[in-house]
Amino acid sequence: MSLDKKQIEHIALLARLKLSDEEYAESVEKLSKIVDFVAQLSQADTTGVVPMAHPFDAAQRLRPDVVTETVERDRYQENAAAVSDGLYLVPKVLD
Amino acid sequence: MALHLQTLTELAAGLANREFTSVELTEVLLARIAEHNDTLNTFVTVTTDAALAAAARADDALAAGKGGVLNGLPIIHKDIFCTRGIKTSCGSKMLDNFISPYDATVVERMAAAGAVILGKSNMDEFAMGSSNETSYIGPVRNPWNLECSPGGSSGGSSAAVAARIAPAATGTDTGGSIRQPAALTGTVGIKPTYGRVSRYGMIAFASSLDQAGVITRSAEDAARLLGVMAGFDERDSTSIDKPVPDYVASLGDSIKGLRVGIVRQHFDQGLDDECGARVKDAIAVLESLGATTVEVDLPNLDLSVPTYYVVAPAECSSNLSRFDGVRFGHRAENAVDLLDLYCRSRGEGFGDEVKRRIMTGTYVLSAGYYDAYYLKAQKVRQLIADDFKNAFADVDVIAGPTTPTPAFKLGEKVDDPILMYLNDIYTIGANLAGLPAMSVPCGFVDDLPVGLHLVGAHFAEATLLRCAHQYQQQTDWHTACPAAFR
Repeated sequence: MSLDKKQIEHIALLARLKLSDEEYAESVEKLSKIVDFVAQLSQADTTGVVPMAHPFDAAQRLRPDVVTETVERDRYQENAAAVSDGLYLVPKVLD
Repeated sequence: MALHLQTLTELAAGLANREFTSVELTEVLLARIAEHNDTLNTFVTVTTDAALAAAARADDALAAGKGGVLNGLPIIHKDIFCTRGIKTSCGSKMLDNFISPYDATVVERMAAAGAVILGKSNMDEFAMGSSNETSYIGPVRNPWNLECSPGGSSGGSSAAVAARIAPAATGTDTGGSIRQPAALTGTVGIKPTYGRVSRYGMIAFASSLDQAGVITRSAEDAARLLGVMAGFDERDSTSIDKPVPDYVASLGDSIKGLRVGIVRQHFDQGLDDECGARVKDAIAVLESLGATTVEVDLPNLDLSVPTYYVVAPAECSSNLSRFDGVRFGHRAENAVDLLDLYCRSRGEGFGDEVKRRIMTGTYVLSAGYYDAYYLKAQKVRQLIADDFKNAFADVDVIAGPTTPTPAFKLGEKVDDPILMYLNDIYTIGANLAGLPAMSVPCGFVDDLPVGLHLVGAHFAEATLLRCAHQYQQQTDWHTACPAAFR
C-alpha cells in the first residue's frame, strides 16, 4: 500500500471529510491503487514542457466595472438550513 | 409513425405542419415516462405540470405564427444543469434539497427557443462515474439489456433517448460522459470544443475539462440543438467569442476528400475484437463515400487516463469545497463546532466515489506532492494536446472506437476504480486537448450497441456532424430501437 491510514486521515482532514472506520479501510486500499496507477506519469519525459493550464492560450477576459447583479438575498437564502435576519448561521466560533 | 419513435427533426416538421400539437406530443412522452421510469430509473425529477404549460405556450406561439427553432419540442436536461424553481441534485444527496434560484445558460437558451422540458435526468453523482452507479437515487438501466449499465455520467439522458422516452437530452462531458453513454445505448452524443457552449449554471466538476453537449438519435438532431446551445456567454469566463456556424446547413455536403485519421494505438490490446470490427466497417463506409484514410500516431494515448485522474480530481477537490453545509446543500445535525459542521456535512452528503476523487485531488495538490503529480500531469497534458495537434496537421477527423467494449453489467466494475476509469481511454484525450468529439452508433455486438468515435480539430463541430450525418445516410444503426421500447 502506497498510502497508510495516517496519511488518509491527514488527507481527509484537509478535504474536510469525516469518514467512518469502514471508509478509512476502503480508502487506504482504493486511494493507494489510484496513486500507484497515476504514478506511471513519472516515466514520461517532460523535459522543457510548459505545464498546460487551459486548452487554449486564452487570457482571462476583463469586464467593465459596473453593477450587474441585483440583491436577491432572501431568495438565495431559501436554500440555507439556518438563517436569521439575513445572516447565515453556523456553530459558535468564539467563546 | 408513432410520435415517440420520431426524431426531433421529424417532430419539428410534424408540429409545423399541424399534424399534432405540442401538448399531444408532451402527453405521449409523459405517459412513456410513467410506463418505463420504474424500470429504467432515468429521472431524478419529472416536471409534468411545467412541461404541459410550456407545451401549451408553444402551441399558442405556433398558432400566432411565432416560436423559436425548438418550439414545442420536448427535451430532458441532465440534473447537473441549474433549473430555476426545480430541484437540481446533480445526482447527489448533498443537493437533494437544492432548488436552483436561476437557470443555466443552456437551459435559458433552449427555453427561449421554445423547448419543453420533461424533467431532469439521473446521472452519476457530480458527474463522477462511467456507469451511472454512483447516483444517490440508484443506477439507470440500459434499455438494450436491463442488467447492463447505460454508461455514465449522462446515463439517464442516454437511456431516455434510447428508450424513446424523449427525442433528445442534454449531457455534460468531462472525460467521456456524453460519448460513452451514447455509445453504450446506440445513441448519438456530441461534446463540443471547450468553451463552445457556456458552462454557466452547469455544476462544476473539473472546470478546464467540462463541456455541455447533447444526446440524440441522429446527427441532424444534434446539429439542430447545438446551434441553439452554442455561442458566447459573458457569464462564463472561459466561453469563446466566436460566431456559431449553421450546423444544419452543411450536413448535406459531401465528405469526398475528407481525410480520416486512424490511430495505430486504438486497435492495440484492450479493444474488444468484435467492437474493433464494427468500427472498421464504419470506416469502410466513410471510405466508400470518398473519404481517404491516413494512419496517425497518438504516442501518449496510454498516459491520458492517468493524466486525467490527476487533473480532474485536483479541480474537483477545489470546486467541491463550496459544499460546506452553510449556504445550500446538506447540513449535518447538531454540529459541535464549525470544523465538525464542515466535515460531517460533507461526509454525510457525498457518496464514496466523490469522496475518493476529492481525496485524490487533495493529495495530488498537497504540499510535497504537487510537483510530482499535479504539475507533472499538466505537462503530460500538454504532450497529449501536442500529439493531437500534430495529427490534425494531416487529417480532418480522427475515427476510432468510443469504448473498448459494449455495455458492461451493472456491478461488474463498481469495486475497482481503475477498471472503471480505463473505460474512458479513447474519450479522455479530447477533453484534455479541448477538442470536439462525438459518438455515432455503428453496429452491434451480442445485441449491444457499439459507437464510432469521431474527433475533430478545435471548432470543427460542423465537420464532425457532417461526417456523422453522411454516414447515417448510408446506414441505419441509429434507427434501431430496443425491442421492449418500440
